[in-house]
Amino acid sequence: MHKYANPTVFMRLANAVLPWAAGACVLLFAVAIPLALYASPADYQQGDTVRIMYIHVPAAILGEMVYGLMAAASATYLIWRHQLAALIARAAAPIGAIFTALCLITGMLWGQPMWGTFWVWDARLTSMLLLLFLYVGYLALGDAFEDQERGEKAAAVLALVGSVNIPIIIFSVEWWNTLHQGSIFKMNGEGMKVTVSPEMLAPLFTMMGAYVAFFVTILVLRMRIEILNAKIRNARITQAAAPMVATQAAQAR
Amino acid sequence: MSGFAVIFARDLKLALRQSSDSLTVVGFFAIAAVLFPFGVGPEPGVLARIAGGVLWVTALLSALLSLERIYASDYEDGTLDQLTISGTPLALTALAKAAAHWATTSIPLIVIAPMLAPTLHLPVEGYLPLLAALALGTPTLSLIGGIGAALVLGARRGGVLVSLLILPLYVPVLIFGTAAVEAGLTGLSVQAPLLVLAGLFVLALTLAPWATAVALRQAVQ
Amino acid sequence: MDRFFAMGGYAQYVWPSYALALVAFVGILVVTRSTLKKREAEFERLKRERQDG
Repeated sequence: MHKYANPTVFMRLANAVLPWAAGACVLLFAVAIPLALYASPADYQQGDTVRIMYIHVPAAILGEMVYGLMAAASATYLIWRHQLAALIARAAAPIGAIFTALCLITGMLWGQPMWGTFWVWDARLTSMLLLLFLYVGYLALGDAFEDQERGEKAAAVLALVGSVNIPIIIFSVEWWNTLHQGSIFKMNGEGMKVTVSPEMLAPLFTMMGAYVAFFVTILVLRMRIEILNAKIRNARITQAAAPMVATQAAQAR
Repeated sequence: MSGFAVIFARDLKLALRQSSDSLTVVGFFAIAAVLFPFGVGPEPGVLARIAGGVLWVTALLSALLSLERIYASDYEDGTLDQLTISGTPLALTALAKAAAHWATTSIPLIVIAPMLAPTLHLPVEGYLPLLAALALGTPTLSLIGGIGAALVLGARRGGVLVSLLILPLYVPVLIFGTAAVEAGLTGLSVQAPLLVLAGLFVLALTLAPWATAVALRQAVQ
Repeated sequence: MDRFFAMGGYAQYVWPSYALALVAFVGILVVTRSTLKKREAEFERLKRERQDG
């Protein structure tokens, strides 16, 4: 396993995976979208709004899983100093944030016809909103330092602190939600509970697969960007260390 | 233990010498709380309903306001480098600094909260739960805040950034803090939310100093 | 066909959801690819400068 901790070796593997992930992504979306929009039945209670589920649920699952990946990568980075882990965490964060935001907005669009309002302070929605804030904090902290490595380390610590807090946040939000159930909002009937029929599982799983393939594709591309950033920085540093070369280059320009 | 006492006493002395810092925080707390009647109207019923929440949210923001100074000046003048290489474990230093932050900002808030509560028409039954909840909850805010303060050392826009990082982590304390006040008003068990607050405090007490120490160590490298 | 676009009366919720997902995904892809191209070009330029010097 240690072999893959070397960024060069890992990136060779990642670049080999890339065309497959991209191909799978295109293929799965090509199957999932017609299935989700056309070939699957409407829910007997929710009608066609259930089709929002096919893009909402995978976004929610990936939003959560990417944070988990980020936290695991951050722990690996802080404990074993694997530069690769820092790359993964940094590259994954913005994608996870967008998944979480997508989950929230599609949730609102689903909530309006089903609950009669765009937003309820439902435990799951509230937790996802706080997760989005955690992502935003992580991204802001990572970009706030002149020194790249300092930003990576600070963000890694924050990701770990956040991952310890997530269960506590979920617990307190659920507790808070049951406390105020009566006074805030009465959900009509089962809320967003869908009795998932087998015909709905096919679009849901293909969509899920498409999301994962998309995530992997973008992750590899973003890791390339991060590696290039590091290389550019190093090149700049060596240039600054050899002012002769720098002046010559400036003259040549 | 002496390392803890020395750092705690030093921070306390510094804060007392610049007591205007603590007073600014108290002033912010009072003014922010008093803004709410202007925002929602002076009707006593409405104010009584939201008083607990208003006091908690403003207390939380006040604590946030003063977080930056826990480490910022020590970072700039090099004291922090000394602290990291001194014999005292860095986690203990972090604990002492969080304790000093709590003593210099949150104790004044707890003292002034019962004086602000009447302006928000908080019913009498709410006072004791509010004070107990503040006493149990604000140490957690200082401990978690310490992590944030350490993380943003040397960052651009550190002050704003720290609120962005820390506010989502404050939500559990806010939930159970206001729940205690509300329980007092509705005659429910005040004990349950207070126990959870105590649990959060113990958890923060055991974990936050370590996280702060890790954050500090990479800041001074 | 009209029935398909009507989405059982929920068109105003279903279609924006899918449109948004599309915009988000294409957006990430475009931004990522253009950043990658930019960085690659910059790195090449730096490499060339060093060789020239």
